[in-house]
Parts: sequence; structure tokens; C-alpha cells
Amino acid sequence: MREDLQHAVKLARIELTAEEEARLGSQLGDILKYVDKLNELDVEGVEPTAHAVPLTNVLREDEPRESLSHEAAMRNAPKTANGLFIVPKIVE
Amino acid sequence: MPHTLTISQLTDKLAQGELTSRDATQACLDRIAAVDGQLNAFLSHDPDDALAQADAADAARASGVSGEAKPLLGVPIAMKDVIAVNGHPLNCASKILGDFNSPYDATVTQKLREAGAVIFGRMNMDEFAMGSSTENSAFGPARNPWNTDRIPGGSSGGSAVAVTADECIASLGSDTGGSIRQPAALCGCVGLKPTYGRVSRYGLVAFASSLDQIGPLTKDVRDAAIMLGVIAGEDKRDSTNVPEPVPDYTAALTGDIKGLKIGLPKEYQVDGLDPEVKAATDAAVAELEKQGAEMREISLPHTEYAIATYYIIATAEASANLARFEGVRYGARVDGASPEQMNRATRGAGFGEEVKRRIILGTYVLSSGYYDAYYLRAQKVRTLIRQDFLNAFEEVDLIASPTTPTPAFKIGEKSGDPLQMYLSDIFTISCNLAGLCGISVPCGFSNEGLPLGLQLLGKPFGETDLLRAAHAYEQTTDWHNKRPELD
Repeated sequence: MREDLQHAVKLARIELTAEEEARLGSQLGDILKYVDKLNELDVEGVEPTAHAVPLTNVLREDEPRESLSHEAAMRNAPKTANGLFIVPKIVE
Repeated sequence: MPHTLTISQLTDKLAQGELTSRDATQACLDRIAAVDGQLNAFLSHDPDDALAQADAADAARASGVSGEAKPLLGVPIAMKDVIAVNGHPLNCASKILGDFNSPYDATVTQKLREAGAVIFGRMNMDEFAMGSSTENSAFGPARNPWNTDRIPGGSSGGSAVAVTADECIASLGSDTGGSIRQPAALCGCVGLKPTYGRVSRYGLVAFASSLDQIGPLTKDVRDAAIMLGVIAGEDKRDSTNVPEPVPDYTAALTGDIKGLKIGLPKEYQVDGLDPEVKAATDAAVAELEKQGAEMREISLPHTEYAIATYYIIATAEASANLARFEGVRYGARVDGASPEQMNRATRGAGFGEEVKRRIILGTYVLSSGYYDAYYLRAQKVRTLIRQDFLNAFEEVDLIASPTTPTPAFKIGEKSGDPLQMYLSDIFTISCNLAGLCGISVPCGFSNEGLPLGLQLLGKPFGETDLLRAAHAYEQTTDWHNKRPELD
């Protein structure tokens, strides 16, 4: 796999097997070559579209309301204790 | 055979007391038991829960609740495994969600409940809605009911199979680049992608947030209009929802399309367009013309850039959305010595290959040094693509094309070559980039007996014209009434 793609794998936090790395590396290379097609176009002065329907500043009143209970929000977590998510040790 | 009925046929029979919701629901459950072993449309379903909902619907009807107040009272509806139903599993056809169980209802689920529907079944799909064949499901591919060696399309493959094989009355899917319309075309049912902002996505697991939209898969166009009327509308819990009033979509089904202007994009005569698909689409267009629609050739000059644009934008958004699956708050976890190692191991083991490919690509195009060259450029080309459509819609009311360039391909045929798979999305992808609405209706069969679809695209919030034309076409054909023979 190309070095720049390896960097993306690291940022994406996905462990790949050696076999996956070889296969994905070549497929992603093909896809990036294909999307280079966009360089044919002159986009000077074109505004980017982030969103097909222009909506700005959709706000609601900041009022307290019912939400998920603590228990319901935690119930799908792989590891919890005392109402908290448990992760591997961060600080030695 | 209540499972073979459309929504409108079933609700008539329920209202007249000829059938109960329990009859209809039991018929769907029996049908699943008989045929789903070969189709794999359902990842799971809970017969007892479905029958309890059916009994509640029958009791409500007996106590005087009318079909007008609850347009789906007692109608069994299946859900793509990406939409939350409180107390039911939600896996997005991925291993990474483990034994996740939804703690709340999606807004569409709530709206279906309020309309009286019997909500049952978790429908198979491409993992996280990434794919065009349902081969990317972690739980095995769904199969095309017309030929089980063929793909049913995707990503909402299970939802399309279940409708076509009469395992449910109607279903919901989601469409990011064609994921409702393409499987509808390849299975031979109706699939509607509403305008971006028309239907709330609260409770839909996000893939690409500027493109995703929920919509119905149904046995005919009238049912699509009924379903859209139920699920559309403003929702304070989705800030991308547009507060447009919801018209009575069934009232639009007048059969009168005289003077409706339909555009035929000249750029859609692509290499790789199957001659049978072309012939079926041409015949459908001729039928629309016969009914008084006016055909115009139009130009969408940036068509050839749509797929590249889509696969940059959709993967970029996916890489951000799927960052939440890290083994901490929900789903499966693979242990590691540090949080980062745990994240890597969990995501490495939990995601399938297509999802990994797209997250890596999305991370790449957003990363420092590549953002302007890929992501920003794609967003600018998106503006050009959208402008093509807005220009075309100054001259026409709708745009017609095939839904897919070919009939359903064989399982395994394209799974080793993702780029070839992506290229099969050519006709459906621009609709999402431009924020339009679109529908696929059955328009014939290939020589091998595989269904073909006609796609109509409409202006933003132009669902009434879209449904009217699709319905008028459907009235003159019998394609939507054809059903596969399954033992």
C-alpha cells in the first residue's frame, strides 16, 4: 500500500491484515486514479455545495426536555461500571 | 392470499371486515417461513411481537378507529436494518454493532406506528448501506426472487426482495446514491426516494449525511404515495428536515399527464447500456408520450463526473459518521492494550471490506494536503451537477431514464472489482447529489426474465408530479403485477 494511503489507514484507526492491505491498496489506487477525472474540469470561482437544500442556522428553543435515560443510553455499551463506559487504561 | 395484497387492497378488505390484520400478518409470517430460506431478505423477525401488534390493530378497528385516521391500520411493514425500532435489534448488517438493541424509535417508525402499521422484520442490506448488491451484508447476501443466482440490488436489497416476494405488504429503505431505486428496479417493485429534507432521518444510522434519505418500497405507485404521506413532514429532531407542507399525494394520482414535459438526457446514452434496458425504457417513454406527455431532449453536461464526485463526498462523510463505532459506547469490542489499539482491533474485526475501503478513502480525501484537491473540488463539481439539473428543470417537469444500465448481475460477478460496481450507479447517483426526488417503476423484463425499471426524477419537493406520471404509466402496464414463482 502507498505511504499516503497507509497514513489514512492509521488516521481511520482500522487494523488491516497483510492480505487486506495489499488488496485494498491496489483497489484504492484504481479508485483514486478514476476520481482524478475531476481535474479535467475548471472549477475556478465555483462555490462548493455542502448540502443540496440551502438551510442555515436551524435553531430551536434551549428548553430542558425528556431525553433517553442514563440506563437506556448505556445499555448497548460493551463494558460499563458505575454508570460509566470502561476503556483500556490511558495513563500509567 | 392476504400477503400478496397492496396496501390499498388490504386496507379495503380490513375496512370491510373481509380480513383481519392477524390474517394478513400471519400470511406474511407463513410466506417468510416458506421462501426466505432461499432469499435471505430478513436478518431477523419477531413473529410474536408482529402478531401482538396485529391484534392491537384489529382491536382498535373493532373499537371504531377508522382507516382515515390511521391509513396503515393493521398493515405489515418491514424495516431496513438501518432504521431504529425501539426494543428491536439494529445491526446495519454489520458485525460491529454486536447485539445492539435500539433504545428508541426513529421518527419514521413513530409515524408508521401512529398510522397503525404492524412494524416487523429487520431487512438485509449492504453493510452500513454501502453497496449496490446486498453482497456486502455480514450475514450473507440476499437473493433476487426472479433468479436466486442473481443479486437483488442494494443497498436496500432485503426491503425490495421482501416486497416482490410478498413477504410483507411494503417496506422502508434508505437511498444515498440509488439504494432504494436500484433494488426496486432489479427486483421489480416500486421504489421512491423523496427529496432531501422531505423525510426525517432521526433514528436512521447515518452513512453520508448530505445525501441520505428514507423512502418506501411498494407493490405499486399508489402505495408509495400512501407511505410517503405517512412518513413525510417536519421534525424538530432533524435539522436538515425542510418545513414544506405535506400534500395529499394520493390525490395527485389522477392519471392525467397531458402537457407534462419530460426530459430525456442525451448524456444518458452511455457505453454499457444494455440494449434490452434501452428498449424497455424507450417503450415506457413512448407510452408516456402516448398519454400526452411532451418529450424533450435535454443536456446534463456534467453527468460523466457524477460517480467520481459521489465517491469522494459520500466516503468523506462516511469516514466521519462511522468514527463513532470504536468499541466504547455500543456494539462489539475487541480488547487492546490502549484505547487506540482497542479502536483499531475493534474496527479491523468489526467492519467488512467495502466499509473499510470507503472509510479509508474518505479519510484520505479529507486529510491534510488532499482536502482541497479531492473533497473541496468534489463539492464544487457537485454545484455544477446540481446546476445542470436546475437548468433542465426550467424546461421540463420530470426527467426519464433507465434506473440501471443492466438487469441484475450474478452474485459474485463484480464483488472483486469495486470500481465496476460503483459504475453501475450512473443513473441514480446524481439525484442525491442534486437533492432531487426520484422513483423507479417496473417497465419490463429481460429475455432471461429479470425485471427492468424506469426511473423518473423530479424537482426538489416535486413528488406530486413524480407520482402522478409514475402512476399514469403504471395504469397502462401489467409489469407491477408480475410475481416470481417460488416454491
